[in-house]
Amino acid sequence: MTIRSRQIMALGSTAALGLLLVWGVIRLPDFGAYPGPYSDVLNAAAVAERHVTNIPSAVNFDYRAFDTLGEEFMLFVAVAGLAVLFREQRGRSNRKNPSVVQVSEAVRWMGSGLIGFTVLFGMMIVLHGSLTPGGGFQGGLILAMTVLLIYLIRGDEAFERLSRRAFVEALEAAGAGAYVLIGLAMLTTGGMFLENLLPIGRLRELDSGGTIFLINLATGVEVSAAFVLLFAEFLEESRKPSSER
Amino acid sequence: MTVIQAVVFVLVAICGTAVVLMREPYRQTFLLSLYGLLLSILFVMLAAPDVALSVIVIGAALPLMILTALRIVGQHST
Repeated sequence: MTIRSRQIMALGSTAALGLLLVWGVIRLPDFGAYPGPYSDVLNAAAVAERHVTNIPSAVNFDYRAFDTLGEEFMLFVAVAGLAVLFREQRGRSNRKNPSVVQVSEAVRWMGSGLIGFTVLFGMMIVLHGSLTPGGGFQGGLILAMTVLLIYLIRGDEAFERLSRRAFVEALEAAGAGAYVLIGLAMLTTGGMFLENLLPIGRLRELDSGGTIFLINLATGVEVSAAFVLLFAEFLEESRKPSSER
Repeated sequence: MTVIQAVVFVLVAICGTAVVLMREPYRQTFLLSLYGLLLSILFVMLAAPDVALSVIVIGAALPLMILTALRIVGQHST
């Protein structure tokens, strides 16, 4: 095939795709138009029903908590699979191979100053999941990022101390298990699996939302531990001597 | 759509294009985090603070991971 004919084909297919795109954009609903009743119903009902002011949390951890359980275990299984795969390849022989890294003064000072703030911010996002935007997933990831930040500032040794495998693995499993246990606890009280049967507390206070608060917390623990573990495994993988890769 | 929403839309489009066109990994990483910031502002403008927070979290995690990866790759190549 000559370059000329390829160019003609590329032009033709690009034009066709462009036309399709234009056609699709023209048929889009108006900017900001919302046809469905779902969020209107939720906005009207959820605050009174659950005493929760962050409706996405009420949806994720209560109205469709079973879906979110699946999502959380997706992350759990993915990280567990990755750890099994890497450890199988790595074996037990070549553990420590710490590298000495030069960190610029700017990164060290800036990072050191940010750590405290980031930890607090992550904890706030997790704890206030039922009140303000955010929740276990977002806050958990922020918490995991502080560990990564510490790695960037202090290097391997500090990171190793913070991410002892047994501890992080136990945290991750505890977070994932707590979610299921909360669901099962609702069964024992005569409700359905993951039905919100706890007192819903006072509106706009930390104790509102019943199980939403607890599930949020469990998710925060699970997500932060999962991402620390994920990063630790990748880091260890990268530390293998180049000849083995 | 208000004027400020339109402005942020255009900024996001420009910054997204810049991320694609930039070939130098370090600069690309910083452009990427700027893009994440603009995207989160856009979502706040569109009254979706929860999505904005998710974008901020991804925007904080992804460049940090890329930076770390770049550093590790740099160590091995020298």
